[in-house]
Amino acid sequence: MRAGKETGMPIAERFESIGRKGRQKKTLRCGADSLAGSVSQRACVYCGARVVLNPVTDAVHLVHGPIGCAVYTWDIRGSLSSDAELYRSSFSTDLKERDVVFGGEEKLTRAIDQLVEKYHPPVVFVYSTCIVGVIGDDLEAVCKSASRRHAIEVIPVESTGFSGNKADGYRAACDVLMRVIASGQREREEAGESGSSSRDELAINYLGDFNLAGEAWIIRDYFREIGIPVNTVFTGDSTYESIRGAGRARLNIMQCAGSMNYLAGKMEEQFGIPCLQVSFVGLTDTADSLRRVAAFLGDEKICWRAEELIARESEKVKPLIREYRRKMKGKKAAIYVGGGFKAISLVRQFGELGIDVVMVGTQTGRKEEYETLFDLASEGTVILDDANPSELEKFMVEEGADLLVGGVKERPLAYKLGVAFIDHNHDRKHPLSGFTGAVNFAGEVYTTLFSPVWKFTRGGEVWENGGYSYGRASC
Amino acid sequence: MEEQAVSYRSVNENPCHMCMPIGAILPFKGVERSMVLIHGSQGCSTYMRRHISEHFNEPVDVGSSSLNEKGTVYGGEANLKQGLDNLIKIYHPSLIGVLTTCLAETIGEDIDRIGQEYLRERKMDNFPLVTVPTPGYGHSHSEGFSLAVKRILARLARKSPSHGRINVLVPNISPADLREIKRLLEIMGVRYTLLPDFSETLDAPFTSPYHKIPSGGTGLNSIREMPGAIATLQMGVTLEEGFSPGKYLEEEYRVPLFNLPLPIGLENTDTFIRSLQKVTGAPVPEILLKERGRLLDAMVDAHKYNFAGRCIIFGEPELVYAMAGTCLENGVTPVAVATGGKGAKLKTLLQTLRDRYAADAPDTGNGKGVGPVFLPEADFDIMRRTARERGANLAIGHSGGKYLTEKEGIPLVRMGFPIHDRVGGQRIFSAGYAGTTVFLDRITNTLLERKLSGYRERIYRQFYRGKKYDLV
Ligand code: SF4
Ligand code: SF4
Repeated sequence: MRAGKETGMPIAERFESIGRKGRQKKTLRCGADSLAGSVSQRACVYCGARVVLNPVTDAVHLVHGPIGCAVYTWDIRGSLSSDAELYRSSFSTDLKERDVVFGGEEKLTRAIDQLVEKYHPPVVFVYSTCIVGVIGDDLEAVCKSASRRHAIEVIPVESTGFSGNKADGYRAACDVLMRVIASGQREREEAGESGSSSRDELAINYLGDFNLAGEAWIIRDYFREIGIPVNTVFTGDSTYESIRGAGRARLNIMQCAGSMNYLAGKMEEQFGIPCLQVSFVGLTDTADSLRRVAAFLGDEKICWRAEELIARESEKVKPLIREYRRKMKGKKAAIYVGGGFKAISLVRQFGELGIDVVMVGTQTGRKEEYETLFDLASEGTVILDDANPSELEKFMVEEGADLLVGGVKERPLAYKLGVAFIDHNHDRKHPLSGFTGAVNFAGEVYTTLFSPVWKFTRGGEVWENGGYSYGRASC
Repeated sequence: MEEQAVSYRSVNENPCHMCMPIGAILPFKGVERSMVLIHGSQGCSTYMRRHISEHFNEPVDVGSSSLNEKGTVYGGEANLKQGLDNLIKIYHPSLIGVLTTCLAETIGEDIDRIGQEYLRERKMDNFPLVTVPTPGYGHSHSEGFSLAVKRILARLARKSPSHGRINVLVPNISPADLREIKRLLEIMGVRYTLLPDFSETLDAPFTSPYHKIPSGGTGLNSIREMPGAIATLQMGVTLEEGFSPGKYLEEEYRVPLFNLPLPIGLENTDTFIRSLQKVTGAPVPEILLKERGRLLDAMVDAHKYNFAGRCIIFGEPELVYAMAGTCLENGVTPVAVATGGKGAKLKTLLQTLRDRYAADAPDTGNGKGVGPVFLPEADFDIMRRTARERGANLAIGHSGGKYLTEKEGIPLVRMGFPIHDRVGGQRIFSAGYAGTTVFLDRITNTLLERKLSGYRERIYRQFYRGKKYDLV
């Protein structure tokens, strides 16, 4: 017996989260809880917190909870480190039935003690998970006493999975980062090197780059060349010490706004460090961002050097990009990524390549970001929040997308539909930032769009069999 | 046999196992037109989908009741019901599995009651809704898997007239191995019901148009009629009390149960074929005799290389047991055998195996021991330490073992679930005589690779002293 009937339409409760450029007001419902049973692609608060904090290389990342939450996040991200490797281990208190019944505080205490003794980390992050939120372990108290015992910071991360979504996890992580920054700041104040006078007049913090495939290193190098020291990167290849020193910068520049907006706000509020939104995704954005940062710091020499760098690098990559563009012009792309910042940058970057975006969506985009997307998108583009596989399928097929940009879960869907795919997630192994990244990106787009395999999925000899075709019938 | 003392460990460093619900998802993917809904917060199901999807390279759609703060405090009934509604609207499944998570279990959700009520309210009384309580903190994914199979049976199986088929119950193995088991059954002329069967659904051919629920899987009617089978062959020698679907069929419907190891390895495959022969009474077809002969030939060809192998084997108990047997019958010494769960039965089984093969073997590992240590509730930290102490030069297991390669330089033969850092996890072929042959080749070639790469350099360093011509 089968339930329901074939409609091909999304479920009614989802209508308000799906829009089309030109056909309606420029807003979508977003930021709401996922609809039960709709098979959302979203992860949880803990996931968001882990994304942001995980790249802190010398920290012990201890997941207080049952094993699953830790095993599914063990070394799944491509953040690189120039030194410590501790962050690549997944530590879990592996809560069992009796812990759930009698509470997990003692186990947590022992776990922290053992880990500190074994690894001597400068800081321990203790992530809370769903059941910890329910069984009522007092993380704050356990951490505080461990902190005193070991004379290092042991910080609870309020990442109970059900209390919001990934974006709330970003905020929880930012709170932790703030705590570390503030403690560093306090110490400097006590040592008498406080206030704006202790700041390096040119140094910047770089927020929202997780050093996937060395991306933060690439950007840091650009700034080094034009004479701007990068103080702290949040959080790619960062350490406890580097985060503590973040208060010394004159300016914050922020790439991934979804995860870092909150931290930037706090830092402005508490230390008076202003923030500039940047993007190093694509040629135009990269050049533009370098110029704006240089201009902000108002040093002529720097501006001049920035121009030099931009000219030199553009010179190098433009012919390549032009060549790719010639091949790819007129292709259609669909985008489904985690945050709004990335989606916006991608729409622009596809513009550079002459590729039309026919669908764009995010898991946790914010209202302003959707407005920007509506502005940027071309007429008729489908824009959607917290989509599910069946919507992705529907719109990719209806809009005739040749290419999808997404994460691990979206990839097999695209491939099953015979659609090319770009991995734009945290486990990527090649950099997509800066001038180098722009070429890599174009190269990857080319590789997946023009692979000979599509010749076989789209046409050629096909055997029909009971309504299926192994290959594609219509060509 | 030695056993690493796992007193009450407080911290798991780089886990070897997963949580219960992820294991329970898989059997549902092997039942025709079925879907799964996980009652709990959104994150769990997304993580599990990602984990499974990356192994099989297939879309893995799993619903979540997306419990939020309110649902957690006041109960998630409304969420669960709405989740079922939407899942039905989108997928039109013929069966739905409802699993729980740590969260749902901790707040005491009664999925049986809610499920019953839901069906009554929607006037779907006959719809097969299969509930499986799977608290992540309860057991590992292996128990989740077998419990789901058992619950599917408990919901669907009906007293049926005898139909002459046999039931074949399998643990979590690759679609390639499922296909091989089916091929062996067919060659042996046995009519069967295989449960679960995700050989098509989780390794689906490229077809057009795309189907949200891929075709394939064990048919519901076949499952209903399993009580009418002549016997049950269950590849589940390591199954613990309460988690054995075969036992359920035996106790409820008197279907005779034969527990056997996975047909990986010569002896294990022999056991399987011999059992089938008992059913048919017919001689083993020529084609299988040839395959067996070819495996034997391969074993002989490689036996000296294999003797250099000192391996650490890890993963799910059933697979680990079959792999240990395969290694032992080829002279590859397992120095440690690890599993993430408790694996109580596994220990005794390994003991017997070891006694048969290696009881009085000389210790060629420079005092590092002959027989395997057994590491229950293992994580990769313990495995790494043990592998180093006991001089392992080979690891066999899922892709978590890349850690042993990275940290200790021990090469990994990838096997089991999950495989995340290579393609083709779903196609890893190791069952039957043919599969064992390629499995063995993978082991031997990994050992050879190690031996041949750099042996000139090694020997030069070890033995060459001084100049070329002593007289010059
Ligand atoms: S261990 Fe529990 S909470 Fe964690 S992912 Fe598994 S079911 Fe969810
Ligand atoms: S239990 Fe909570 S924190 Fe852990 S994976 Fe599930 S939703 Fe996330």
